[in-house]
Amino acid sequence: MTVAAGLPEGLAPGQAGFSRATCAHCGTALAPGQGEFCCTGCSGAHALVRGLGLDAFYRRQETAAGTLRPPESVSTDFAPHAVPQRDGTMQLELMVSGLTCGACVWLVEQALAAEPDVLKARASLSARRLTIAWRGDAARARDLAGLVARLGFKVAPWSPACLRATEDAEGRALIRALGVAAFGSMNVMLVSVAVWVGSDMEPATRHMMHWLAALIGLPTVLVAGMPFYRSAWDAIRAGRVNMDLAVSIGVIATTLMSLSETLRNGDYTWFDGATSLLALLLAGRVLDRGMRRKARQAVAELLALQEGTVALRLADGTTRGVPAESVRAGDVLLVAAGERLRLDGTAEEAVTLDTSATTGESLPREMAQGEALPAGAVNMGPAFLMTVTAAARDGSLAQLGRLLERAEGARGRFVSIADKAARLYVPVVHVIALATFLGWWLGVGVAWQAALVPAVAALIVTCPCGLAIAVPAVQVAAVGALFRKGVLVASPTALERLATADHAVLDKTGTLTEGRPELIEDETIDPELLREAAAMARASRHPLAQALVRACPEAPALSGVREIPGKGLVRGSLRLGSPAFCGMCDDPGSGMVLVYCVAGEAPVVFRFADRLRGDAGEAVQALQALGLETELLSGDGAGAVEAAAAATGIGPWQARATPADKAHRIESLRADGRHPLMVGDGINDAAALSLAHVSVSPGSGTDLAQAASDVVLRAERLTVLPLAIRVARRAQRLAQQNIAFSLAYNVVAVPLAVLGFVTPLIAAVVMASSSIIVILNALRAGKEVGA
Amino acid sequence: MNALVFLVPAALVLGLLGLALFLWTLKSRQYDDLDGAASRILFDDIPRKDQSR
Repeated sequence: MTVAAGLPEGLAPGQAGFSRATCAHCGTALAPGQGEFCCTGCSGAHALVRGLGLDAFYRRQETAAGTLRPPESVSTDFAPHAVPQRDGTMQLELMVSGLTCGACVWLVEQALAAEPDVLKARASLSARRLTIAWRGDAARARDLAGLVARLGFKVAPWSPACLRATEDAEGRALIRALGVAAFGSMNVMLVSVAVWVGSDMEPATRHMMHWLAALIGLPTVLVAGMPFYRSAWDAIRAGRVNMDLAVSIGVIATTLMSLSETLRNGDYTWFDGATSLLALLLAGRVLDRGMRRKARQAVAELLALQEGTVALRLADGTTRGVPAESVRAGDVLLVAAGERLRLDGTAEEAVTLDTSATTGESLPREMAQGEALPAGAVNMGPAFLMTVTAAARDGSLAQLGRLLERAEGARGRFVSIADKAARLYVPVVHVIALATFLGWWLGVGVAWQAALVPAVAALIVTCPCGLAIAVPAVQVAAVGALFRKGVLVASPTALERLATADHAVLDKTGTLTEGRPELIEDETIDPELLREAAAMARASRHPLAQALVRACPEAPALSGVREIPGKGLVRGSLRLGSPAFCGMCDDPGSGMVLVYCVAGEAPVVFRFADRLRGDAGEAVQALQALGLETELLSGDGAGAVEAAAAATGIGPWQARATPADKAHRIESLRADGRHPLMVGDGINDAAALSLAHVSVSPGSGTDLAQAASDVVLRAERLTVLPLAIRVARRAQRLAQQNIAFSLAYNVVAVPLAVLGFVTPLIAAVVMASSSIIVILNALRAGKEVGA
Repeated sequence: MNALVFLVPAALVLGLLGLALFLWTLKSRQYDDLDGAASRILFDDIPRKDQSR
């Protein structure tokens, strides 16, 4: 530990991992002789944390290595996002990525609280949402957000798109209903048990007990059942039948029958059954919703980080960060190197754009002066000025967005397995109940109130309970297990559709490949030279320079590096940049290259390519092993596509596919009765994604592709996709088992109920036991998620 | 059955008290960030600003 020895005593970081030579701030492994930090950003962050006296953070942090590396610079201006409050203070809401442990929350809150003008800083660990309130002007937003960024967290403005505004309110209404139902069912049970065991009870006492149960049960059924009644009412108006309708009818019929039994002082009332049914179903629904909300939030987090502001050029030549929505046609924007175009436009000069997101081409394209530049492309050259040709809502992205909304409607017709069961179940059970009522009333000749009891008992023991909880329970277990593996399931029916997919269509750029340039390993390059070049490259945001840094992350940052826009980097006699910049006359070939030269020595050429993901072949083979036919559909040139197809063994491939070609291919597969699974990341894939039976996009994909997808893979690996299909198929099997089990239960329970043998006690036992068995079976969905 | 006159109302009042408390926790947004609340309890929340002043 020569490094530590060279430091003053007080500076030795208190992190246990230091003995393994990791960065004292973010925990990335360090190369020998690299000091105690991996980059200047981390060094600054560490000094900041120590300066605030918050170093307890390093003893408690549980973040993965490398997640807390501060970004090179924060380009977004947060001032427009600050909202003035009524009491004259300002408030800013941020989405904070990297906020993964309690210590992170503590660090962020304490660091902000140390600012003299900050009144409140509160971070939510589950929502990754930070609320800051301060006294002063809006411009402080930039400093405060910058402070969080300097600690190593990625910040983005919290946009309404992150979560629907009604989402929180809906969730709270559901939890409130659960609380009321749980209270009601427990207290009704208190009274009911007394009636069940008290066979020697005086009729007057029993009557009082019935009224007590009614007193608690009626308001409970009215309040806690609301979520079901609403959903059932919506279904009726749409002319459909769903499980909530069965639940609503069962609960309401049971309540009315119990009321009639209370009035005529019958043997038993059934308020306990109605209320505990509601409590159980609501508990399932709260869990289901919580799990899916977690997945949606993670998707929203990915999207928010992609959003941001554009640099609008003002009349006086300066630039100001403004939200992309506020830019109008004719405005001039400054597009930085490596920035993604958010609007359509034209440039006064020739520019180099990476259009892989819009067309799928993996090689950057030279756009001539005045050529239309599509939104979604990435600037691979130096910064340039772009004249906007269409505002955000009229641009090509918005048009595509509207197209996607129409396609979404088509997918809404998918009928989930639970609804299929409900369509069968609802009419059958209600006919049985009606027949029972008529049989006892007219056939046997008992009073109509007495005839109501076996009829409604038949309704309630058929257990919409086991049936209604059968599918959600499986979903909660499966979605939760996938979430931990980095697979975000955003749509409620995605798992079922994933399980039935039989044909996989994959995109190449960004899906099978990394979607960004990576250094091609070259044995002939001296590692020491690579380190020197990477150290210089740290000074630039150019995508190729960044790729060079990624190839050699341990290279230290150098001072005195000057960037000549559009050409390269200079440090004394060292040059790193385009071949022409380094004085190479002979073209080193097509593709993406950087040349590093030391005066008087032969220049070194670094070649870059969009590499295949390490596990692409394995993932394709796993898909084939699962019985899916695979094919490659790419907008890239034939050579690159063929090479990728051969390397992965994917089978049929098609190059130069336009977005319309991709959509047509999916449509023709559907017309053939296949269930295509589409995997893609680009804007050019979005139409095909939304038409597919089920769609998946990698976490690095464009926001449009992610919005069109049912499943987002947050994990870097592609092999989680076959894993997700395996889990989905298993979940589907378990859901079918659960439904079959619930139906089998009814074969025994219904005749007993129809014949009038079922008491509320038996109904409660039947209901609880079937639910428990269904839930235990569902828990198996999350098991054996290895890989 | 005199006991019922006291016990049943007592049970109900206690139950309602629990329900009211639950609704209060819900209203004060204590269920919004369950993960955060779990680790927040371990922080030493030094009121830093007052200290520095």
